Amino acid sequence: MATKNLLQAIHEGLVEEMRADESVMVLGEDVGRAGGVFRVTQDLQEEFGAMRVMDTPLAESLIVGSAIGLSVNGMRPVAEIQFADFIAPAFDQIVNEAAKFYYRSNGAWSCPITIRAPYGVVPGGALYHSQSVEAWFCNTPGLKVVAPTYPADAKAMLKSSIRDPNPVLFLEHKRTYRLIKEEVPEDDYEVPLGEARVHREGTDITVVAYGLMLYTALEVAGKLSDEQDIETEVVEPRTLYPLDKETILDSAKKTGKTLVISEANLTGSYAGEISSLIAEEAFEWLDGPVMRLGAPDVPAAAFARPMMEYFLPSAERIEEAMLELARY
Amino acid sequence: MAIRETSVRHEELGLDEDDLRRMHYHMLLARRVDERSWILNRQGKAAFVISCQGQEGAQVGAAYNLRPGYDYLYPYYRDSGMTMLLGQTPRDQLLSLLGKKDDPNSGGRQMPGHYSGREQNIVTVSAPVGVQYPQAAGTALAFKMRGEDGVVLVCGGEASTSGGDWHEAMNFAGIHDLPVVFFVENNVYAISVPVKFQVAGSIARRAEGYGFPGHEVDGNDVLATYEVAREAFERARAGEGPTLIEAKTYRMTAHSSDDDDRRYREREEIEEWRQKDPIVRFEKYLLDNGVLDEAERDEISERIKAEVAEASEYAENAPFADPEDVLAGVYAEG
Amino acid sequence: MAKPVTMPQLGESVTEGTITRWLKSEGDEVEIDEPLAEVDTDKVNAELPSPVAGKIEKFLVSEGATVDVGTEIVLVAVDGDAADAPPQENVAADAPTEEFPASGTEAQPVADREGQGVDGSRGEGNGSGGISDAETLRQTRSSPVVRRLADEHGVEIAEIPGSGTGGRVTRKDIEGYVEGLEEDGAQREEQAPQEAPEPERVPLYEGDSIQDLTGIRRAIANRMASSKREAPHAWTMVEVDMSELAALREREKAAFVEREGMKLTYLPFIVKAVVESLKDNPVLNSVWDGDRIILRKRINIGVAVDLEDALIVPVIPDADELNITGLTRRIDDLITRARAGELGTEDFAGGTFTVNNPGSLGSVISTPIINYPQAAILSAEAIVKRPVVLNDAIAIRSMMNLEVSFDHRVLDGGAALRFLNAVKERLEAYGPEGRIG
Repeated sequence: MATKNLLQAIHEGLVEEMRADESVMVLGEDVGRAGGVFRVTQDLQEEFGAMRVMDTPLAESLIVGSAIGLSVNGMRPVAEIQFADFIAPAFDQIVNEAAKFYYRSNGAWSCPITIRAPYGVVPGGALYHSQSVEAWFCNTPGLKVVAPTYPADAKAMLKSSIRDPNPVLFLEHKRTYRLIKEEVPEDDYEVPLGEARVHREGTDITVVAYGLMLYTALEVAGKLSDEQDIETEVVEPRTLYPLDKETILDSAKKTGKTLVISEANLTGSYAGEISSLIAEEAFEWLDGPVMRLGAPDVPAAAFARPMMEYFLPSAERIEEAMLELARY
Repeated sequence: MAIRETSVRHEELGLDEDDLRRMHYHMLLARRVDERSWILNRQGKAAFVISCQGQEGAQVGAAYNLRPGYDYLYPYYRDSGMTMLLGQTPRDQLLSLLGKKDDPNSGGRQMPGHYSGREQNIVTVSAPVGVQYPQAAGTALAFKMRGEDGVVLVCGGEASTSGGDWHEAMNFAGIHDLPVVFFVENNVYAISVPVKFQVAGSIARRAEGYGFPGHEVDGNDVLATYEVAREAFERARAGEGPTLIEAKTYRMTAHSSDDDDRRYREREEIEEWRQKDPIVRFEKYLLDNGVLDEAERDEISERIKAEVAEASEYAENAPFADPEDVLAGVYAEG
Repeated sequence: MAKPVTMPQLGESVTEGTITRWLKSEGDEVEIDEPLAEVDTDKVNAELPSPVAGKIEKFLVSEGATVDVGTEIVLVAVDGDAADAPPQENVAADAPTEEFPASGTEAQPVADREGQGVDGSRGEGNGSGGISDAETLRQTRSSPVVRRLADEHGVEIAEIPGSGTGGRVTRKDIEGYVEGLEEDGAQREEQAPQEAPEPERVPLYEGDSIQDLTGIRRAIANRMASSKREAPHAWTMVEVDMSELAALREREKAAFVEREGMKLTYLPFIVKAVVESLKDNPVLNSVWDGDRIILRKRINIGVAVDLEDALIVPVIPDADELNITGLTRRIDDLITRARAGELGTEDFAGGTFTVNNPGSLGSVISTPIINYPQAAILSAEAIVKRPVVLNDAIAIRSMMNLEVSFDHRVLDGGAALRFLNAVKERLEAYGPEGRIG
């Protein structure tokens, strides 16, 4: 076991998969020669060549469209969208094409592509390098959306995504690329898609979160346990769509009080779907309202630091929400 | 053209009489299946028809170069001439028209014209226009990466060259010398919008901007189209890169059964183009060159008529898929 | 048998078509696929190819007619059949017209109701019935799991100390409470009747429907049952001649409306008479306290308000400080807010005597249940013109019955009647020169 950060874990997952299966390839802007703007694909072109690690023109629809075309002719492409904020031009190819190939051809054509994209607020990112886009995609049967936060999960889930015969949108919180480190097993281990993870057990309240919010929530949970004897159960969906409903509902029923946190703008965020699920299927166990936390409904984080910090749900706001719920 | 030249025209192209008969058969078959589809629509049995009429020469001429099951075809929704050439039957076409369970394209999930066939490497057709181009470029790239000589034929109307996807694909194909043939069937109308409001400059000449050859061809001359397409295929197979072909043809029917083309074009224009009908022209060539005589032509015509009638009855009586089927097959297993 | 040909659907969203021209005549032979007619729709215009071969027997639709898709338009005797089919009526595939359910509430027949639709008042999003603020609901209904646990263990949420927001009983609170009960093995006097985990059910018959209890219904049920159980109810009645008061009201009501913006009803007069009579008969304004009686100083009159399926009793505190206009205003405000679901806990607190007005719904006699732990409750019945004996002659007078139900532990019939007669005197004291105070 070695300690790796999220970036390294993803990189490792990619390398191992490309070594094991020569149909796996990477394409996107700046992924080849430069190794990716975040260095996730560093050194890959050197090892696998300029075709298997291809620098594409600046054209997101092409990146995903050609990935689809590659996948129907024997390849397993891992396309990169440089920032999730720029995924919009590829929306048609993802949602109307990749997600529907299998269903609309009655099973004749499947589309085993993985689309990686960094998301989430970073200082200085401002409107177009900070967005959370998962809600746009989590309403698309045929597509899978995953967002593992921790390195060991991310490495194994990237492999699962690549091996999956369906198109998978693989979201990586860019702030946590270097921030989160953990022990990652050396040998083969699997994390299947569609499974949530309970990071921390508790009996007072449940917090469902992912990305930077998960990381912060875990810190706050530790603090509340030490200082106030409040025990928080923290659940990470890991795969957002389709959701592991059972794990989330079990936790919601256990504590009766759930807070769902998403970094996206509150209204219409994916937290709404998770909350709805709990309110409907865990109703009789509820001892408090199902609460959500998110960023205010304004077009993303600002460039200026004070405004950015106001926008991003902070540890203080999360703690306040958790306390309010615990005390209800 | 002197008689002496035309009489060996097909031989110069490397086509024998069997080839010509095959081409003729598929052009006429596509036409008759299409006509039947319109009747079924006007009788209220088929909800939607989208036609190939007028474009059979372009389609068969280009697609005749495909190696079925090896090369890839990305047709657009009018290309029934191509899909039947590759092996779809009149029954298949009409099952798809009526949305029946045994529709090979989608089991009744998609509208007619959304072709798909794994064995023939016909990639599933979508509705948003132009999405097929980047996909085709990717498919061609895979051939190149593996050092194979497969070719991808990707088709669309002239309007499909207006969207960003076409340009992104052309650019990408040009950068990497991809073995893809961009086959644009310029049939003059995109629903009601005529080509003068659709296309700036010339489609064929755009290829030059992307670094590879572009050709205009009379799309209603099946042999001329075949010739240009054959060159393009050979280029691609030899690793020399993509080609753009703009086949000039004409959409003889309205855009679809939901369109009333009297609102935007004159009957006279249609009649003018009827004089250049690809099937009539080709039949004349075949008769003139002794490939067919009148008796044979009539026999073929009758045979096709019977085939289409049988296929129609079959399809009309075929069952729909179970309603619950709509829930199945969202995700691939494994 | 002749086969009918129907109007096809030409185009995905088309619902009707017009036969612009028949291309054949009755009696003609027609082949399969031969054009039968020219059809016009809002999307396309086309020829209709015949789906059958035979002899055209009869056109069912004339040229120029527009019919719905699916309508039979022509009868064709299919080859070899005799022609003698009766023409069929066009079966129009019309969408059924929607009948809207009769809307609107019944108009309230009585004068002292500000009549308006009662239906929407519970729509504040806070559960059932008229009382609906979050705080009250937290107190009374807490949360789903707490209610379930309360039910399961047969305990009342109301009696458990709450550590949650605003004193809410949390799941932990009730779990702890129940544990405590079980540990002590203590028998607590429960207010509400103990419900067996599986209560005895009445048999159900076909056509019966089950109506589950709303929170407020349950609350009323508990209160009424406990009132009757605790207080031995007695009851007495007098008749009041309201003719002079009625006349006064007639004279003053237009001006009153204009001045005050509210209707002038009998209720404020009754409440005023009650309040003053309570001052003279304080034992009616009191509370049984186990082994003693507490005579209340303040006179806080509860006014019973009927909502569609619940009865609530908001309170006018210090009603003795108000004149008719003031009382009118207060009553009007309570009723309006009650209907809108805007009453808060403070509006129900501290009542010392309750006035009930079933007369507004037409009652002439009623036996109200005391609003426990108050000592008594008064009912004012409908004012009805009756023939009475006055000065040994028959006169037509506006008569109203006035009753009091009282806790016989606290007071006896004499006190009750003294009080009632005081109210009666005051109400009958209005004369032709009377004014609204």
